[in-house]
Amino acid sequence: MFKHRGIAFGIAAAALGALALPFSGHAANDDDLKELREQVRQLKDVYEKRIDALEKRLQQAEQAVGSAKTAATNAEAVASQAAVQASSRPAGENAFNPGISLILNGTYGYLKNDPARYRVNGFAPTLGEVNPPNRGPSLGESELVFSANIDHRFRGTLIAAIAPDDSIAIEEGYIQTLALSNGFTVKAGRFFSGVGYQNEIHAHAWDFTDASLASKVFLGNQLGEDGVQVKWVAPTDLYFDVGIEAGRGRKFPGGPDGGRSKNGFGSGTLFTHLGGDIGASTAWRVGLSHLRTSPQDRTYADLDSAGASVTNGFTGQSRLWVADGILKWAPNGNATERSFKLQGEYFQRTESGNLTYDTTAASFGRQTDTYASRQSGYYVQGVYQFMPQWRAGYRYDRLSAGTTSIGLVTSGALTAADFPILNAYNPTRSTVMVDWSPSEFSRVRLQFARDRSQFGAADNQVFLQYIMSLGAHGAHKF
Amino acid sequence: MKNFIHVLALLLATSFFPLPAAAVVNVFACEPEWGALATEIGADKVAVYSATTALQDPHRIEARPSLIAKMRSADLAVCTGSDLEVGWLPLLFTQSGNPKIQPGSPGYLEASQYVPRLEIPKVIDRSLGDIHPGGNPHIHLDPRNIAKVAVALAERLARIDPPNEAAYQSASKAFLQRWQEAIGRWEREGAPLKGVPIVVYHKDLSYFINWMGMREVGSLEPKPGLPPTPSHLADLVERMKRDPAKVVAYSAYNSPKAAEFLSERTRIPAVMLPFTIGGSARAKDLFGLFDDTLARLLAAVK
Repeated sequence: MFKHRGIAFGIAAAALGALALPFSGHAANDDDLKELREQVRQLKDVYEKRIDALEKRLQQAEQAVGSAKTAATNAEAVASQAAVQASSRPAGENAFNPGISLILNGTYGYLKNDPARYRVNGFAPTLGEVNPPNRGPSLGESELVFSANIDHRFRGTLIAAIAPDDSIAIEEGYIQTLALSNGFTVKAGRFFSGVGYQNEIHAHAWDFTDASLASKVFLGNQLGEDGVQVKWVAPTDLYFDVGIEAGRGRKFPGGPDGGRSKNGFGSGTLFTHLGGDIGASTAWRVGLSHLRTSPQDRTYADLDSAGASVTNGFTGQSRLWVADGILKWAPNGNATERSFKLQGEYFQRTESGNLTYDTTAASFGRQTDTYASRQSGYYVQGVYQFMPQWRAGYRYDRLSAGTTSIGLVTSGALTAADFPILNAYNPTRSTVMVDWSPSEFSRVRLQFARDRSQFGAADNQVFLQYIMSLGAHGAHKF
Repeated sequence: MKNFIHVLALLLATSFFPLPAAAVVNVFACEPEWGALATEIGADKVAVYSATTALQDPHRIEARPSLIAKMRSADLAVCTGSDLEVGWLPLLFTQSGNPKIQPGSPGYLEASQYVPRLEIPKVIDRSLGDIHPGGNPHIHLDPRNIAKVAVALAERLARIDPPNEAAYQSASKAFLQRWQEAIGRWEREGAPLKGVPIVVYHKDLSYFINWMGMREVGSLEPKPGLPPTPSHLADLVERMKRDPAKVVAYSAYNSPKAAEFLSERTRIPAVMLPFTIGGSARAKDLFGLFDDTLARLLAAVK
């Protein structure tokens, strides 16, 4: 502003000079000079007033521009904020509801043998849900999943399975840390044990309708423990983890069913994995796990040589080793069109302790002697996605009853015919399936299996199954 | 069992001592475009890993062991968000045991939060296909969005790595200046695309179409995320005969079959777009990505 005023005075002075110069000759005339001075003063006043007015107008204009700019910036900010708000979740109490998803599952079964009488010969029955799905139409387990971050340190998950017989079971219900550093995560509650590969995966994400024979006899279909899991992921580019679990031993291979009444833990698991990529197209992971439990009075039912239904119980040590491997391939790592998945697990178990025959004294009376077994089994499966939405797969299962020594038999107190289910037999099964997934949320599968789990009673099993998920988006677990 | 408890206690005890910070900032970019942006701003101060490539559909990634391993060591994760990575990113958060990159921490930057999103659905129902409640997540093909994310990313890098704040600020300033100039050039060069009708494969070009003022008149997917079906393509052929588009575009990670099918029957040129860094030989960086995308579209509509 002062600059403008200076210029104005300059102009005025120049005007004065211009006026003054022609009259320099009449400088002697005082009146003229006075008049002239008065005129210049008036001129100066007028100019000053005008300049002031102009300045004011300029200032106002500048202010207006400034506020217009601010208004524009504000409008932009409001608009982008509104966009963000519009696209974020609704406010209110419900905004913090956990992610909920529901999995619906149903089968139509056609089986040669009655699934209610299903046994895997050569192996102690597990009390788990190992039987194949029912004959005819049957609702499978409906799974209800709730999951959310609890706060900045914990995440919680509850997965309830509603069985077709109207019972509800908690499959998993655990909390998990989010903020431990250095690659550590701790889980506590009930969770699927990290033993092997498939055990941690929920049935709805399996590639076949049922579990592998090895999972059935060594893990009672799927092992869920109450306990704590600590896992550490190494800070390396090659994936490496080590985990340890201490649990209640509430399910097979622990026992009794539900776990012992004991301060402390009834089962322990150690596992480790290595994994990585080979180029952009292939990913792999291999693992080794060890599960040890000390079952007490782990019972199972059998028919003795007199044809009586007896209950036998095992007390001792159970040690299980599992080696697993998985390889996934897709062109450039893009599984939209085609992909291939190869998966296998090898199990080996040793058990030693005492076997009690006829715990309820229903036949020849309660007798106890030593028991030792060394058994193994494996499965290998491949699933090929040959076009979008369509996959076909094959699985081969084989179990080896290995060696079992029953003290009551070697001592001559009883005969092998009193423990028919433990008689050495190597079950096998071949399974083929084809499935169609119209979207990520639905799948329809047709599966055929030739099942030789039972001695002398090969079974043909056909399943038509649907698996659909509603609600929150599922996880793409490797 | 006692041994197990001892090992467990030991493991837990060690988990509370943080290791010394690394010399460079490890950036885990969920998509290549954010990896490229982090390289522009971080230069030699960052080590960038891109979890996906231009040939992969970012929706359909699994939480592979290699991704968990990389997330484990990340100081900053830069992802699109808006549920684009909903199938795999949450698993990386829970499996990596890394508190630095958890949502809500300074080490997690969700790019889509910084830009106005398009196509926010009014109705959310899975029968409409794989829609995202937060709007279309493919935000990076509008270069003005890249500029917005660049500002946020420079701030975030400075917050994580304060000693290099000046370097990030000056690099982002230099980048933004070059970027604004490039936007001006692209807008001039792309003027012939204004109003041009285009058929897309997936709705992953919406931000580009919006920026260039093109008109999307159809998609090869019957619904977002579902593969093209013969009946839908037949409908599209009929529609194109009545009211033809000028170009059919698909992204590098899409199968070209459906676009070629439509192109053969309607004589509308089909063009593959790089979609992100690495999608074509020219799309080596962010500038190349837009140069090439524009060049390919301009050549097709000429």
